[in-house]
Amino acid sequence: MQLKDEVELLRRVPLFSNVAPAKLKLLAFTSDRVNFDQGQTLFKQGDPGDAAYVVLSGSADVLVNSQSGEIKVATLEPNSIVGEIAILCDVSRTATVKANAPLETLRIRKDHFLRLLAEFPEMAVEIMRVLADRLSHTTAELSEARSDLRRKAN
Amino acid sequence: MDKNLAKYIWRHTSRHQIWILFIILLSMPTYFLSLDLPKQIVNGPIQGDGFNTPDAQQVFLRLVIDLPDWLSKAEPFVLFNGFSLDRLQMLMALSGAFLVLVIINGLFKLYINTFKGRLGERMLRRLRFQLIDRVLRFPPNVFKRVKAAEVATMVKDEVEPLGGFIGDAFVQPAFLGLQAATALFFILLQNVWLGLLAAFMVGIQGVVIPKMRRRLIRLGKERQLTARQLAGRVGEIVDGISSIHVHDTSNYERADVADRLGRIFKIRYDLYQWKFFVKFLNNFLAQVTPFLFYAIGGYLALRGQLDIGQLIAVISAYKDLPSPIKDLIDWDQQRIDVQVKYAQVYEQFHVDQIIEPAIQDVTSGPVAPIKTPISVVNFSASDDSGARLLENITLDMRPGESVAVIGTAGGGSEALADTLVRLVWPEQGRVSINGEDLLFLPEALTGRRTAYASGDAFLFQGTIYDNLTYVLKHYPVRERVYEGAALAHRDWEKAEALNAGNPDHDLHGDWIDYATIGVDGPDELFTAMEQTLEAVQFSDDVFDLGLRASVDEKVHPAIPEHIVAARKALRTRLEEENLASLVTSFDAALYNAEATVAENLLFGTPMGSELSNVNLASNAYFRSVLAQAGLDEALYRMGVEIARNAVELFRDLPPDHPFFQQLGFMTADEIPDYQALLQRLQDKPFAQVAEADSKRMMKLAFSYVEPRYRFGLLDQEMMDRIVAARAAFHDNLPESLKGAIEPYDAEGYNKSASILDNVLFGRIGHRHADAADRIRAIVRSVLDDLDVSRDVVRVGLEFNVGVGGRRLTSVQRQKLHVARALLKRGDFIILNKALSSVEQRTQEQLVRSVLGEAARDGRKPAVIWVLSNPNLARLFDRVVVLDRGTAVEDGNYDQLMARKGVFAGLLAS
Repeated sequence: MQLKDEVELLRRVPLFSNVAPAKLKLLAFTSDRVNFDQGQTLFKQGDPGDAAYVVLSGSADVLVNSQSGEIKVATLEPNSIVGEIAILCDVSRTATVKANAPLETLRIRKDHFLRLLAEFPEMAVEIMRVLADRLSHTTAELSEARSDLRRKAN
Repeated sequence: MDKNLAKYIWRHTSRHQIWILFIILLSMPTYFLSLDLPKQIVNGPIQGDGFNTPDAQQVFLRLVIDLPDWLSKAEPFVLFNGFSLDRLQMLMALSGAFLVLVIINGLFKLYINTFKGRLGERMLRRLRFQLIDRVLRFPPNVFKRVKAAEVATMVKDEVEPLGGFIGDAFVQPAFLGLQAATALFFILLQNVWLGLLAAFMVGIQGVVIPKMRRRLIRLGKERQLTARQLAGRVGEIVDGISSIHVHDTSNYERADVADRLGRIFKIRYDLYQWKFFVKFLNNFLAQVTPFLFYAIGGYLALRGQLDIGQLIAVISAYKDLPSPIKDLIDWDQQRIDVQVKYAQVYEQFHVDQIIEPAIQDVTSGPVAPIKTPISVVNFSASDDSGARLLENITLDMRPGESVAVIGTAGGGSEALADTLVRLVWPEQGRVSINGEDLLFLPEALTGRRTAYASGDAFLFQGTIYDNLTYVLKHYPVRERVYEGAALAHRDWEKAEALNAGNPDHDLHGDWIDYATIGVDGPDELFTAMEQTLEAVQFSDDVFDLGLRASVDEKVHPAIPEHIVAARKALRTRLEEENLASLVTSFDAALYNAEATVAENLLFGTPMGSELSNVNLASNAYFRSVLAQAGLDEALYRMGVEIARNAVELFRDLPPDHPFFQQLGFMTADEIPDYQALLQRLQDKPFAQVAEADSKRMMKLAFSYVEPRYRFGLLDQEMMDRIVAARAAFHDNLPESLKGAIEPYDAEGYNKSASILDNVLFGRIGHRHADAADRIRAIVRSVLDDLDVSRDVVRVGLEFNVGVGGRRLTSVQRQKLHVARALLKRGDFIILNKALSSVEQRTQEQLVRSVLGEAARDGRKPAVIWVLSNPNLARLFDRVVVLDRGTAVEDGNYDQLMARKGVFAGLLAS
């Protein structure tokens, strides 16, 4: 796959959809193309976060450790981005990500990613939108889970 | 060393000085004969004196001993009757005699100069050795105020002129003085008044000029001092370069240097002016005397008090006077100059409390272990500023116990550790072993039976192996056996060392003291090294260093022997584990996508510079191959595309943008250049492109790797053409380039490539996550299976650590220091915050493994560890806590915890 194809793929990622193609090309160039085999982990929960990954093709499971073992909380499809939280707020990885099929990704290093955000406010806004979206999702799920619990307790 | 230079020189060279004076006297007769002979030639054969008739003959070489009448009235005794020669024969004979005399004089001069030179060089060697010997015996506090570069200049440059002076120190004044006195005496004989006049003028020259030169000497001293300080400052700039960069003080440094240079200039210019003024005066005085002779002597002659012959004799005798006087004054100047330099250096190297030579005496053979405690008694010490480091400390470090020393900030725990190894000297109290004061114990005992490592780890430039075994090199254990020419050279070395008062130890003998650490030779030592390296978790690093190094087949034959097997084993393993795609192997018939274009074209490792990346585009043969395959234009076009892509991507970024790190083949400041170049080259046919430009573009293409840069510039057709060119390149390789490249050979060992590259025989793919780490793990296990891992470690031990160990990380340096402290197997191992750079989490593992390693095979040394992390104190038998320079708590971990004192407080914070 050539750089220009990667740019095409990046444009389909909502986060980058508003970024000028020239900048996307730069992002693609400075990122590493990293392939994972089925079952290989991208990163483990608790690791320090050093990079975010954009899924170009294939799919991956997002797994969280709990008392009853690993729980799968989401599946990543092409054009999604993962791992950006850990590099945004310097916390360790909040989940484990494992390829469930041969996976092609673009690995964006932490310093590059932060630099991009600083230079392209539209990207920062997009990130905020995605995060807020996710937060409202999580809140909704939490309240649902609580009401479930209460019902079971009653 | 004597304070007076003349005394110092006389003490060591008196015998030689007298000998050389004797030789000089011996050379005098022939010298005078050679002066006399021209007169004989001119007067005799040439002007015809004594050859009044054509067939007249004279006697040549008649030797007669004719004693003066007052001594003996005997007839002259004829030794040799001589030859009778005619005029022409006489001319030839006398000229021949002149030639012989010239040769004899020359030989005398050669001998005298060589002898004087050797004398001077030997003294210089002795002096330099003594200076360094003193540095080795300086007490520790001196090193806080002297700058390394200043000491180095003193030893290297400032004593240098002494060498030239020493040969002349006594001979020159004696000789010149004699010459001048003779001439003066001759003038006095001719006429007392003219003689006194000449003596007076010489007196002025001899008194005034040296007086004026005092100023020169003072300036010279200042010049020496400022130059030395400049050297010290330059040394500081180099050592502190990182501080200069991070604090933006480079311009402050510039100002400082400019200021110093200004001062040096002023001194030098003053010196220059004064020197030439003195020279002028000196010449004037020398020239004014003949004037007086003509005027006064002429007057006397006119008055009839002096005859003309005498006047001419006086004037011609005076001609011989100024030059020895001038030389004598020069000699005196040099003497004072050298004396000043010597005195300065002497002063710098004379420090209080210098360590007695006996303490560092060479002690061969084993040293008895320390079985008694090291006792610190009422010990107090201060640092340079007078601040108290330790205050009245009394405690025992007992054999076999492990002690954690914990200190509050500025508590003095590090000073306590230094105290135990004599790095901090007491103001009051003492440290003693078995009742004897540590300061007076030989270093042979303390240096072999105690081990020490601190956090500010300095390493000598050399290999890791050298640095590890450094702690075992106490004395030459085994002399090397020499034969033939090497033996003769070794004997010469010994004799010459003795002549200059240097020790004659053989540096190339075996200095490693195996017996003290209880191993029988290099193999057991290597095992011990592996264990200690493992204990500090440094083995993997060494293994990796070995993997990345190329191997000398003669030293490590096992690795090349097994390399092909390892290569195949790696292939099999990768296939078994479904990882074959991680490494793209080299195949003579295929393009290796993970390698650069140049690597694909050469298909071999360049040796030397002819085919290196830098010179590749300039190599005529390589270019002819490209041209034949039509690749030169294709690669040029490819380079242009790469440049275009890079410029397009990066042109808007500021030059310090971190993204530039990704751009391996171009730097930020080159972007505008390439931009201009692209514009210039636009639409230009290849044939018209300047050679330099096409080379530049080709270079870009050479380093291109498609999967890494992904510009889409390599299609299958291009790759096929490159592979075809590769074959052509190797088929027609001229004889002259055969040594410049080592082709990849699947069945052979490539000696210029690293071990890792040899095992891989290919390139690791750019696209696979953690490929490099995974491959390294597999390579390790493959080499383990083949039983060559230890050889790789041996190769790793040959890694050169660089100046001060800078090629290693600070953690690696610290680990190396602890490893060698363990390797020494001393009775007391003192570790002074020795692993402070190591990450907190691994510190505990390391402390455990180091304590374990120290106690291996039933050894029971005392381990005294100054810890920066008080939590680790629980791993020790005993804990000593220091606060404000005093030992406030001492006991085992549980006791101290129960007391809820300073220690418990430190733990809680």
